[in-house]
Amino acid sequence: MKFIALGHDKTGASVLIALTAVTFIIPFCNLVFPAASPLHFSAYTVSVLGKYLTFALLGLSLDLVWGYCGILALGHGAFFALGGYAMGMYLMRQIGTRGVYGDPLLPDFMVFLNWKELPWYWQGFDQLWFALLMVVLVPGVLAFIFGWLAFRSRVTGVYLSIITQALTYALLLAFFRNEMGFGGNNGLTDFKEILGFNIQSEAVRSGLIMTSGMTLIAAFLLCRWLVNTKLGRVVTAIRDQESRVRFLGYRVEMFKLWIFVFAAMLAGIAGALYVPQAGIINPSEFSPLNSLEIVVWVAMGGRGTLYGAIIGAVLVNFGKTVLTGLLPEIWLFSLGAVFIIVTLLLPDGIVGLLRRRSLEQRA
Amino acid sequence: MKANSLNRYRSLATVLTMVFSLAAYGDEGLSTQQLLLNTLNSLKQGSMPEREQAITQLSEIKHARSLGILQALLDGRLFTLKSDARLVTGTDNNQGYAINDAISGAPLGAIERADVNKINLTNKLRVSLRKIIGRLELNADDPVIRLAAVKAMGSEDDEDALGLLKARAAVEKDETVRKAINVVFLVQEMNSSDKAVRIKAIDALKEQNSLDVVNRLNAMVEKDESGNYLETDADIRNLAKAALIKINTRVQFYSAIETVFFGLSLGAVLVLAAIGLAITFGVMGVINMAHGELMMLGAYTTYVMQQLMPNYLGISVLLSIPAAFVISALAGMAIERGIIRFLYGRPLETLLATFGVSLILQQSVRSIFSPLNRSVATPEWMSGSWQINDFLSLTWNRFYILVFCLLVFMLLLQILKRTRLGLEVRAVAQNRNMAKAMGIPTAKVDAMTFGLGSGVAGMAGVALSQITNVGPNLGQAYIVDSFMVVVFGGVGNLLGTLVAGFSLGMANKFLEPFAGAVLAKILVLVFIILFIQKRPRGLFPQKGRAAD
Amino acid sequence: MNQHTFDLSGKDNKTGAGSLLVKGEVDTRHGPILYLEDVSVSFDGFKALNQLSLYIEAGELRCLIGPNGAGKTTLMDVITGKTRPDTGSVFFGQTIDLLQMDEPAIAQAGICRKFQKPSVFDALTVFENMELALKADKRTWPTLFHRLTGEQTDRIHEITGTIGLSSSHQLRAGILSHGQKQWLEIGMLLMQEPKVMLVDEPIAGMTHQEVERTAELLLSLQGQRSIVVVEHDMEFVRSIARKVTVLHEGSVLTEGTMDEVQNDPRVIQVYLGG
Repeated sequence: MKFIALGHDKTGASVLIALTAVTFIIPFCNLVFPAASPLHFSAYTVSVLGKYLTFALLGLSLDLVWGYCGILALGHGAFFALGGYAMGMYLMRQIGTRGVYGDPLLPDFMVFLNWKELPWYWQGFDQLWFALLMVVLVPGVLAFIFGWLAFRSRVTGVYLSIITQALTYALLLAFFRNEMGFGGNNGLTDFKEILGFNIQSEAVRSGLIMTSGMTLIAAFLLCRWLVNTKLGRVVTAIRDQESRVRFLGYRVEMFKLWIFVFAAMLAGIAGALYVPQAGIINPSEFSPLNSLEIVVWVAMGGRGTLYGAIIGAVLVNFGKTVLTGLLPEIWLFSLGAVFIIVTLLLPDGIVGLLRRRSLEQRA
Repeated sequence: MKANSLNRYRSLATVLTMVFSLAAYGDEGLSTQQLLLNTLNSLKQGSMPEREQAITQLSEIKHARSLGILQALLDGRLFTLKSDARLVTGTDNNQGYAINDAISGAPLGAIERADVNKINLTNKLRVSLRKIIGRLELNADDPVIRLAAVKAMGSEDDEDALGLLKARAAVEKDETVRKAINVVFLVQEMNSSDKAVRIKAIDALKEQNSLDVVNRLNAMVEKDESGNYLETDADIRNLAKAALIKINTRVQFYSAIETVFFGLSLGAVLVLAAIGLAITFGVMGVINMAHGELMMLGAYTTYVMQQLMPNYLGISVLLSIPAAFVISALAGMAIERGIIRFLYGRPLETLLATFGVSLILQQSVRSIFSPLNRSVATPEWMSGSWQINDFLSLTWNRFYILVFCLLVFMLLLQILKRTRLGLEVRAVAQNRNMAKAMGIPTAKVDAMTFGLGSGVAGMAGVALSQITNVGPNLGQAYIVDSFMVVVFGGVGNLLGTLVAGFSLGMANKFLEPFAGAVLAKILVLVFIILFIQKRPRGLFPQKGRAAD
Repeated sequence: MNQHTFDLSGKDNKTGAGSLLVKGEVDTRHGPILYLEDVSVSFDGFKALNQLSLYIEAGELRCLIGPNGAGKTTLMDVITGKTRPDTGSVFFGQTIDLLQMDEPAIAQAGICRKFQKPSVFDALTVFENMELALKADKRTWPTLFHRLTGEQTDRIHEITGTIGLSSSHQLRAGILSHGQKQWLEIGMLLMQEPKVMLVDEPIAGMTHQEVERTAELLLSLQGQRSIVVVEHDMEFVRSIARKVTVLHEGSVLTEGTMDEVQNDPRVIQVYLGG
């Protein structure tokens, strides 16, 4: 009933409409209109917008954890990166003999490292279905193990934030190692095709942005439904009064774990959609800074609203694209300033600001 | 090859004696200073043979600077100025050289690479120069130099060298040097034709901590290509084996000591990085993600100080400590007054806002000093290492950092325990409202506490500048580690931070030989993650209801 | 981890430290429903509870009084699993060892608590607050797919009426007055259908009228449920209590009717001369 009940929620509805538009109109324009037409979007624009959509999905998943459950996870990027690596492994296996060394089985970097056979954990990744399973399973299992340990021993607040950061930092260090078998410093790149289609082609790019958009819309609706279930309300209650929820007979750690694992899986899917559009996945995706950037998207958009996370992710990344292109030096200054301004002046983000505006106008 | 260089050495020695007699009898009227000047003139202008002669002469002149000049010549640090042909010694300082007058030793400031001409040597000259320096060093006044010379000569099977050593042994007064010379002779005796002498030598040498001895003993137990032992006498072989085992046990012991030292010094770095955080996080409950960048400011302060006084490296490092403290403390107080005080009681928001500050600080440094790493020179008294024996040497910079860490820790502890500020800090930490009611200016105390923690971070930065690259990412590399240390030790407990820092440092260094540096670090991180889940309040938790 | 979850639907229960003799029932055949024996708790050397022993009868309404720091709140913390005692034993009925259980397990077993500071979920509506408290399967997946039955909705409305919040059940709990929040929390206690209710300072911030209604409510509940009330307001205690326990420095000073207790010289000493 509340599933698509957007009537009383204008911002949510407009975000959903905008998403639908981006998902279908942009690839349509890209494919139908000739390059000279003013209605044509370049391949670059399509892939940049496609990446924004995956970031929005990532932001959405963090909003569940942070905005609704109150867990400030500073390692959320790790799940995104793991999903991305799972997808990257599939794309690597699709290269086949077209690599520089032409080995039918081993990716180039393994040949370069003089490896003789494919490590066991690379088995199965030549199948898309298996890779997609891993995209949700690997982040999910890591989140489950980590969350189970952390929530059960009641690590909360900044302690939890810090150990989530340590988690992604440890993974960063690990993935930098060549011995891990994930391409070390360079990561996985030089992808050729996906499901037998050329990954560079406009059709595939359009297909990817559509898939990303539809996944985002589906995830958005799913999350909306989720936060309106009783479980969603328990989770909100945990955010506000954790110990009280325990005295009502709920196993708080289980609910946190549920949300944490669910969000990690969503983040993994976002990563898997990101990699074919970005054309590369490397260990820097694990860097603590990346995870903190996700937090600022959500904070800037307005946490605890779901669509705020989407707005924030798109806006901040648009700013990043523009600024790093024009004045690279300014980008970190601006990002830093956004962190400070949002926390000091805009605790409810842009969405909160808009809401306050509309309330004032009505009054 | 060897015979060739030997001959050269002999011929050089002959020339040397000739010149010596000339200097002693022929030119009595000439002062040493004048003699030095003349020699140096032919060194800088002469042809190669003339240079060779000049070198020999130089070695004969009993002048305080002659050894230094020869050493500079050998290292390729002896130049003539293009401007006035003055002879100078230089030390590399990245952009160019910091130069000193060759004769007086007086500093002449810094200079571009293009402003000097290097005095070149042939390989042949270099070999003989090395010998001459060895001989000079063997007779130097400083026993440390003599000891090094003995060791250098002992590793070459060179009869002339042995002769020089024998001569020196007769007059040597220093116990250590005499023992070292004795070891050289014992090593020679191992190859004696008399079996009894050999046995005695091996027996005596197994007590020695000398790499040379180990190499020679190893050679005795090795086989050649056809599988026969190089040493034909089985008794000697077995003795050598036993001696090697004995020495190896000691080597293992020393390497354990060395690992402990490395662990302690890494621990010291961690403690230094974390202790400021222990104050701001532990005492005030404020998460300051810009803590690493405050350390970075301290490191850059050291860099700037060195740029300001390039000729006084040692003093500039010492002066950097208070300077870095003040700069980082001011920056910290600005952060506290400008941002953090609006966010008390909201730790997660504080974390985000201070992270924003850290990004801005990083980018500022990148814009001002360039994104490249700056190298900070290490003053002489901090460089090099304390060579205890061939198997154990402790680097001075890490040693000083260990000492510095302990000093800073004691100082902080005293400040918190004994001073009015410390009392107020503890009062505010325990019960802010009560402290306020008692008339403690909590806002001022907050700023001061934060300043103190930040200032300590700045001092940590000075220490870091001595062991790692100074760059915009310096702080980021340490922030996760320092939080881990504070949390591991128990929040609000300075002693816990100390213990945690040292234990993590040790754990890291003891794991490294088995797991490699990166994996060791990962293992330690994973361990802490697991540990925190078992004991969320760290090693030394604060008890009581207040801790909830 | 020796924790037991209690299946209140009456399905199989394994026997163990916290097993039930009669499925789904607490064994109170010997009278008391709560047994606390020789319980001591110390914080950094401060003895919050000192070898305290206390028995609460099934269906009894008991008042706990005592000066600040006597250990009243710590006692509730121990019963509900928030604080682990250093020594002593705490049993629910004859067979359930509360020290083996954590907070959710104790709450599900039927010991529910109202906190001193009203703690309702400000971001949720009154109705949603009640819904969360509702006795139901509280594991994650059943919670996710939980749908209120008509019976349950009726029950929520009934209790919302009892606590005088009928007209405001769609309001956010955050905007309620202090007294209303107290009532909401009592309502949430009732939703859980507990066997033992621990009520910490229920009337703080209430108007005189609200106090009277609270007294009525508590009196009407005794017999069906065991109720332990901690309160400072002596008049209120007098109006509801049959039996009063006085705590002092972490142990029971005396027990009896209000009159007995008030005339006990030791109690007077503690309250006036302490």
